[in-house]
Amino acid sequence: MNLNLILFLILALVAIGTAMGMLLSRNAVYSALFLVLNFITVAVFYLLLGAPFIAMSQITVYAGAIMVLFLFVIMLLGAESLPQAEVLPWQRPFAIGLAVILVSEAAYLLITRATSTANVPLPGEAPNTMANLRELGMVLFSQYLLPFEVTSILLLVAMVGAIVLIRKEKRVH
Amino acid sequence: MVPIDYYVLLSAVLFTIGALGVLIRRNALIIFMSVELMLNSANLAMVAFSSVLKSFSGQIFVFFVIAVAAAEVAVGLALIVEIFKSKRSIDVDQMNSMKG
Repeated sequence: MNLNLILFLILALVAIGTAMGMLLSRNAVYSALFLVLNFITVAVFYLLLGAPFIAMSQITVYAGAIMVLFLFVIMLLGAESLPQAEVLPWQRPFAIGLAVILVSEAAYLLITRATSTANVPLPGEAPNTMANLRELGMVLFSQYLLPFEVTSILLLVAMVGAIVLIRKEKRVH
Repeated sequence: MVPIDYYVLLSAVLFTIGALGVLIRRNALIIFMSVELMLNSANLAMVAFSSVLKSFSGQIFVFFVIAVAAAEVAVGLALIVEIFKSKRSIDVDQMNSMKG
């Protein structure tokens, strides 16, 4: 039982707990805040895996930009909680049953089919540490240059699309 | 040392919680947040594999997934605001105008 494993287990508990909190909160604002904590926990996992660039992107883009946008919309619409009106009474137990089947299937496959005993390298030994951030940039801007540029066009299209959707319709006289 | 299987299992559990959120919640915003959780769990698995395989490709994929998620959220939230304007509710059960 080394330090890394203990750290992993504590973080995994926090991640699963916050995900369940997101799922079960009656108030959408609490759900959003639980999800922020979940994203930050996953960012710490990225640091443990030796991926500092992705961890920082996760915090700035997910926990920063995306969740702030969510909170804006929740508070703008005043849609914190919906009235409890169950239209399909069988839906909830059915969904829970399907989820249990899904996760037990994944666990079964992992336990029975796991052939590799690969361990995640320690953050210091990982190939993708802060010192190698330069190489990540080199790969991103040489091998993956075209997808990178396409991503910028995608973001532009999304921005224009959001503005067009929200814009007030011009009245035709 | 943490075995890679632990990360994959955690990713599977988070994905299942996200899928469960999509199935059982009625609030369109919470369904959307559950989709984000599913994307995030897939990212976690990809970074774990990238770390074990000592390759940058997984991390670069995750970078692109984060960018696509940002674009998706911008458009999706605009759609939710429009739906709220026309129906005064974001309950997904209300969105049945095209029901035969």
